[in-house]
Amino acid sequence: MPDVLSPVVIGVIVFVLAAFVGLELISKVPPTLHTPLMSGSNAISGITLVGAIIATGAGSGTLGSVLAFVAVVTATINVVGGFLVTDRMLGMFRKPKRTEDTK
Amino acid sequence: MSIDTRALLYLVAAVAFILGLKRLGSPRTARSGNTIAAGGMLLAVIVTLVDAEVSWAVLGSGLAVGAVLGAVAALRVKMTSMPQLVAAFNGFGGIASALVAGAEFVKADGLELPTETIFTIILSVLIGAITFTGSFVAYAKLQGLIGGSPISYPGQKLFNGLLAVGIIAAAVIAQTTQDPLAFWLIGAVALVLGVLAVIPIGGADMPVVIALLNSLSGLAAAATGFVISNSALIIGGALVGASGLILTKLMTEAMNRTLSNVLFSGFGATPASSSATTGGDVTTTTPEDLAIALAYASQVVVVPGYGLAVAQAQHAVREVASLLEARGVKVAYGIHPVAGRMPGHMNVLLAEADVPYDQLLDLDQTNNLLPRTDVVLVVGANDVVNPSARDDEGSPIYGMPILEVDQAATVIVVKRSLSPGFAGIDNPLFYRDGTRMLFADAKQALTALGSALEDV
Repeated sequence: MPDVLSPVVIGVIVFVLAAFVGLELISKVPPTLHTPLMSGSNAISGITLVGAIIATGAGSGTLGSVLAFVAVVTATINVVGGFLVTDRMLGMFRKPKRTEDTK
Repeated sequence: MSIDTRALLYLVAAVAFILGLKRLGSPRTARSGNTIAAGGMLLAVIVTLVDAEVSWAVLGSGLAVGAVLGAVAALRVKMTSMPQLVAAFNGFGGIASALVAGAEFVKADGLELPTETIFTIILSVLIGAITFTGSFVAYAKLQGLIGGSPISYPGQKLFNGLLAVGIIAAAVIAQTTQDPLAFWLIGAVALVLGVLAVIPIGGADMPVVIALLNSLSGLAAAATGFVISNSALIIGGALVGASGLILTKLMTEAMNRTLSNVLFSGFGATPASSSATTGGDVTTTTPEDLAIALAYASQVVVVPGYGLAVAQAQHAVREVASLLEARGVKVAYGIHPVAGRMPGHMNVLLAEADVPYDQLLDLDQTNNLLPRTDVVLVVGANDVVNPSARDDEGSPIYGMPILEVDQAATVIVVKRSLSPGFAGIDNPLFYRDGTRMLFADAKQALTALGSALEDV
């Protein structure tokens, strides 16, 4: 059996690299967009929905099913609500108009 | 679908998150960035559902309930309540991650789990549970369900410390024996700790707390990613963890505080002892005089504080700005990072009132413009324009970056009274030559100013 990396070590590598990508990306976001950034990134943390879906799988028993159900509900609130409210906010950011504002 | 195909498609989803966040870096591309990230999420969900052996009844009902609740909350929320909503969503994300890890533990049903799996389950439950209750205490404070002032009692730090020690002990037992009781204990104590960690933090510090909880909700998702060996969760969680961390840092810098100072000192729990009231006479003004000063200026900077949002005066200020622009006056808005109740909050409130985003200036941009500004209109802001932060070494807010409005030719402050701001300290700006005070409710003052401007 050849030496292979354990899944955890691969996970740690992926985590560290992704964290640095995140730090680079986010530090370039202007303060004007910090609220949508927070609600949008919050929606991304709802990716845990994937885990919740898997958790509803067979062999989880009653307790497991209850936990999975609540996890699906809360994660879906996070995903759907997060992306929608971010879209709503960003829709309000008006392009600078150079034309005369007639009133 | 093979495990490799699945992993590659999860990677596509993760790349969509990264591209989405990149596009959130500019107002022009931000909305499409959010859509791309949402597309990545949809892809990840579909990939998970293909060939999945799931209980469709549990899953379908859960998805439907969650989608309806999330959509209703997102579409109904007022922009002033955005911090509460984001806090609540943070909390839901945190508890979802903790529950997934818990379900994974239950599924093992006594079978021996690998060491690293137990460890990451513990981490996920711990972080997720703290995020959940911490977020809902923040929600309650922001929503006014409980008082915003810090709640403290004797021995608070000692008690929290003991709880933390208890968690570590339970974690060691859980790790070595895989005893279910130890796991439930960790979850329960973490829930209590989340409450106790946030109640001593004052309402004015909530921007920091929300940013930190944002980061924690990401870390909880990443920990769950380790539990179920899923790279999409690890990458998504790491991105959010990093994002929340940067915002936390920016917020503490804007307050000239350290994170541990925000979390453990209960700022505002004791009234500021600095009794060095500047006193002196203030010069008051009227909407009519103010209208003349503004109408004949060439550059005006509006400095909005949270008082503006409380008075629902965003639209009134925008109307005044429109009248001035129609006369050829240049108008910009100087926004301090902690002007709202969460990072960037004031910008969203002004965007809602149709202020174009190129008029929203950050701290440095504003301070560069102020020496060339004829009139600064300070509405509902106080501590963020207090020159003591720059000049008075004895001041509790000394060192906090401020908008240096006293660099402008004329400063007009619209304020209800001379009462101090959150920091509880007097503001020498009000007594300075060249500052004129208009004592009134922000909305009424701006409406009066608008009609006065039409007569100039």
